[in-house]
Amino acid sequence: MSSEEKALQGAAAILGERRSARSIAFGAWFVAEARLRNMLAYLRTIALTSFFNPLMYILALGVGVGSYIDKSSGGRGVAGVSYITFVGPALLASAALTAAFEETSFPVMGGFKWTREFWAMNATPISARQIANGVLLAALFRVVFTVLLFWLFLAAFGAMPGRLCALSIPASVLAGLAFGSVIMAVASRLEEDDGWFAAINRLIIAPMFLFSGTFFPLENLPPALRWIGWISPLWHGTQLGRIAAFGLREPAWLVAAHVLFLAGLLAAGLGLSWSAFARRLAK
Amino acid sequence: MAGSDGALIRARALTKVFGDLRAVDSIDFDVRRGEAFGLLGPNGAGKSTTMRMIASVSKRSGGELSILGMDPNARGPDIRGHLGVVPQQDNLDVEIRVRDNLIVYGRYFGLPMRFLGPKADELLEFAQLTEKARVKVDLLSGGMKRRLTIARALVNEPDILLLDEPTTGLDPQARHILWDRLFRLKEAGVTLVITTHYMDEAEQLCDRLIVMDKGRIMAEGTPASLIQEYTSREVVELRFGSDRNALAAQRLAGMGRRIEILPDRLLIYTDSGEADLARVVELGLEPLTSLVRRSSLEDVFLRLTGRSLIE
Repeated sequence: MSSEEKALQGAAAILGERRSARSIAFGAWFVAEARLRNMLAYLRTIALTSFFNPLMYILALGVGVGSYIDKSSGGRGVAGVSYITFVGPALLASAALTAAFEETSFPVMGGFKWTREFWAMNATPISARQIANGVLLAALFRVVFTVLLFWLFLAAFGAMPGRLCALSIPASVLAGLAFGSVIMAVASRLEEDDGWFAAINRLIIAPMFLFSGTFFPLENLPPALRWIGWISPLWHGTQLGRIAAFGLREPAWLVAAHVLFLAGLLAAGLGLSWSAFARRLAK
Repeated sequence: MAGSDGALIRARALTKVFGDLRAVDSIDFDVRRGEAFGLLGPNGAGKSTTMRMIASVSKRSGGELSILGMDPNARGPDIRGHLGVVPQQDNLDVEIRVRDNLIVYGRYFGLPMRFLGPKADELLEFAQLTEKARVKVDLLSGGMKRRLTIARALVNEPDILLLDEPTTGLDPQARHILWDRLFRLKEAGVTLVITTHYMDEAEQLCDRLIVMDKGRIMAEGTPASLIQEYTSREVVELRFGSDRNALAAQRLAGMGRRIEILPDRLLIYTDSGEADLARVVELGLEPLTSLVRRSSLEDVFLRLTGRSLIE
């Protein structure tokens, strides 16, 4: 029998239930698999940025600015540790947020608008909710990859002295995903780009990067500006990272607040994404 | 699986409302196993909306719909596992290679790699794309992309293949290659549901069709029965120049069964075209061009709605 005949015969066959059962259970994973396959096309650039980004920040801020600050503070550094140790968890968390943003902004808008791949997925047993979950799952892989590399650099430069320093990895990943889920909720509602992502970059990510206790403790800001940190996933992720990386002391309620804030943001972002995906795909 | 009467798809008073618009307005139809069923109508007739309800992605606003014996509102994912969908707009994954498109799509159905490898090769052969297996989708022509989209829709060995405007935007040669492939599927007994605004496509591919306009069904039947019921055997097309058509029609009154005046031409519906054309010449009228042809679904649509299919 020729291949063509086989293809035709298969198409006319009457099938049982085996087609749908697996994708109803693991749909999100199949979506993530497709997204990861797409990322492979960009593997070289992803690997290059994930490698040089940490090196650049550690050299400029840790070694450059850091040696100056450590000297002028008479060896006390910031918050009782060297500057690179202080700033390390913040850099780790912001790398997580940036990677998550890259996977949940344009790819989500494009899935609806340019490649229309979300419609292709939804024509199969995969549901709107599973598509959103799958996109975030793929972002998780990307964030873990980025954070892991960054963390290894920080450790190599001696910026991870704490006994529980490895816990700064999940702290940053959680912050990245929380942020990514919110960006996905926004991106899935955008019909046109209209410069929205550029605006988010300049008006939300840039101030967040500067005012979330990243380069100096949040307490150094005038009280009227500290709220920027309180609502910033970067600050919550950074503080959790610092507790793990060098044993920054914070009251238990505040530690719980960091975790709850990030988990809440993740849940809210995901919930809002579910409704947007479902509405748009069912039109 | 199917309903007790053997219908794979059964719609009763099926309705879809968007705000004030009744895009699909209480339509009834059945699609039986192995049949090629067409939805013919102009843009905005409600064909694609009907298709999206059959595809179990868009929920109906009212009426009943049963696909493979299941209610799509309740069991959308289960039904979708048994459908192949060729959408109006291509949504291939342009970043990856041709063969990988088939594999990735098959994974969405939860199919294992050991099934998908050989399956992808068979489908490439069917789509006449074997030599393009390792090419990125971006580099394919429009016709090749459509064929790949059809191959992709077959990866789960669907019970019903849905094709929304399969050849819109293709050049004549690419259309004929595509029709040939669809004809092979039809011969192999695949149940096809096709929307189109091309009457030649509907005549070539469909065993039975419904003619839709403004969300309603205007007529239903086989292409031949619709032509027989709603129009004459032959048509004489005459062009006198746009300002003289109406005048000529007055002098031709009573000829054939019926005369239709369009902006650019006159149509005489008749059972003997050549004889009527001879009479036109005897009357001393001198058309710029004249043509005697068989009646088509286009004439059926014109008769039913007073408008052309492609406007």
